[in-house]
Amino acid sequence: MDLLFSGIVILARWDVLAALLIGSVGGVIIGAIPGVGAAVAIAILLPATFSLDPIVGLTALLGIYGSSMYGGAIPAVLINTPGTAVNALTTYDGYPMTKRGEGRRALSLAYSASFFGGVFSIICLIVLSPVLAWIAPQFGSREIFLAALLGIILVVLAHRGQIFAAGALACFGIWLNTIGMEPIQYTRRYTFDQSWLAGGVDLIVVVLGLFAISQAFLLLVDKDNAPKAAALSGGLFQGFAELFRHKRVAATSSAYGVLMGMIPGVGEFTAQFMSYTTAQRTSKNPGLFGKGSPEGLIASEAANNAVPSAAMIPLLALGIPGEALTAMMLSVFYVHNVIPGPNLFQNQMDFVVALYIALLILNVLVVVFLLMSTNLLLKIIQIPTRFLGMTILTLAFVGVYSLRNSSVDCAIAAGFGVFGFILKRVNLPIVPIILGMVLGGIMEAKLRTSMGRVKTPLDFIDRPIAFILFCIIVIVLASHFWRVWQAYQKGRK
Amino acid sequence: MTDHPAQDLNDLHAPKPGELIFAILFLGFAAVMLSQLGDQTKFSSSGKLFAQPRFWSAVGVIGMVVFGALHLVTVLRPRVAGELAEAISWLRSLEYLVAFMVYVWAVPQLGYLPSTILFTVLLALRLGYRDRRSLLAAVATGVVIVLVFKTALSVKIPGGAIYEYLPAGLRSFMILRF
Repeated sequence: MDLLFSGIVILARWDVLAALLIGSVGGVIIGAIPGVGAAVAIAILLPATFSLDPIVGLTALLGIYGSSMYGGAIPAVLINTPGTAVNALTTYDGYPMTKRGEGRRALSLAYSASFFGGVFSIICLIVLSPVLAWIAPQFGSREIFLAALLGIILVVLAHRGQIFAAGALACFGIWLNTIGMEPIQYTRRYTFDQSWLAGGVDLIVVVLGLFAISQAFLLLVDKDNAPKAAALSGGLFQGFAELFRHKRVAATSSAYGVLMGMIPGVGEFTAQFMSYTTAQRTSKNPGLFGKGSPEGLIASEAANNAVPSAAMIPLLALGIPGEALTAMMLSVFYVHNVIPGPNLFQNQMDFVVALYIALLILNVLVVVFLLMSTNLLLKIIQIPTRFLGMTILTLAFVGVYSLRNSSVDCAIAAGFGVFGFILKRVNLPIVPIILGMVLGGIMEAKLRTSMGRVKTPLDFIDRPIAFILFCIIVIVLASHFWRVWQAYQKGRK
Repeated sequence: MTDHPAQDLNDLHAPKPGELIFAILFLGFAAVMLSQLGDQTKFSSSGKLFAQPRFWSAVGVIGMVVFGALHLVTVLRPRVAGELAEAISWLRSLEYLVAFMVYVWAVPQLGYLPSTILFTVLLALRLGYRDRRSLLAAVATGVVIVLVFKTALSVKIPGGAIYEYLPAGLRSFMILRF
């Protein structure tokens, strides 16, 4: 109870609440505009929060992180264009409902399912806190190294059909992170005697290039498109009652979201497809899936909104991000002098509780905002895409240049912008690069620290958690190779 | 999109035009970086392998070569039409890269507000937005961005050299706020 009170005290400031409100509303708007997304917005706004008080900057970006998927459902349902990539599955049932004249019902269901998923996930986070507070301090250097290694492996294996490309890009991220002055023996790595490379390649510069500038280039080069959506009439409350009739689907899908969100490298897509498939398999009306099924819509939205809060679990407890957005949130925490990891749960539990409360408040704020202003958002999503590209490019300048007023940073970010643009054009993943950079840095530091006490390879896994993590890595790899072998055998027949 | 998510997922992973050229370029880059591993990183005679400055660079660059080669093998077959056309289309992004870098150069010279308005208006014209409403929207976009970031959030962007020619009172105001 004391912790709850301390958490409320941390948040009970007008500037923190204003930041949460602006972040939440801004996140919904950004999520609703196809082609922007939370990653672009966080990348651009991150440097702008440097001058703010840590808790103010954090809550603003947390607001964007937690609310963008709500907004992404609007264009997915009404114009068959997902606002964010994770809303893609929502189009399968949301848009057919709109075509049947049930757009209002579909949106209302999407909002209520998202709210259910978000709150369910936060409750899980709160319930799991004592377990995390007990487990997190037992993670030493070798356990964190193994967890980061597991994260990299899962990120690569999660890109089915693109595993080699994802592996190459993850290794590219690991290599990028090593450029510059190495921190132990102070030798230079891959600087080619260039002073501007001595400080290394800044993660935020890479993130801005790969997410924001590449997206701007993509929109600027493509044909102009101004989506059209008809205004909705009537209230949007009915979905909450309808959701109650499908409570089993909502709960199962949210549980998938929580489970997949907690596992580094897996995230929304796997959660959505698993919850969607389960909902279809257990439905009394499976034929309606993909043709406007309320259950399909609930499965998709509840699962993807349950992920962000759950993804905070490995981030807060171990300092290990599971996907690109949490990797950015890790930078946000570092910049604001909050170091996620076992010590956070031991020494700053009131801060963790404040984050939980902030997540809960933002879900309420977002639903209230959406219920009141969906028609206003419909006007915003009609911005022509090339105009949007121009705006993103202008905003990206603020993000990069305000870091250190360096035109070299801008040139590096622009270079990564072209690289990200090419990756997006050929449909290759960007996330492994970011996670390679972040997790590569963690693995390097933790392996060095842990090897001091290790005499034989077996010493590395002589602690229970290290042994369990090692077994998980072996099982994950073995099951993957087993699947590949089975597919090969099937192909030969 | 099709009627079934699984089908779309398979389509998503089918080789796309340009992927072969990307795989060749990536592998070439990785191979060059691997050839530089000895020159660009140090290996001290003392210390464990894992603690060597070279170790993680080697993990990264060897991984790039191995996975890059495997990726190249997987995209060799089936051949996808339009490889070269797609690669040429990548060059179209360079026009906007140059525009962006000119904007980066202009800000310390002309100041953040004038450069941003010029950038948004000229880019809007280049993109084909010639009507008055669109151009006003471009000006408004530039002004709002400057007001939010520099005036309200005080992000660190230096004042323009051109501001030096303004009267003293206005000069410091412009340097601090615009």
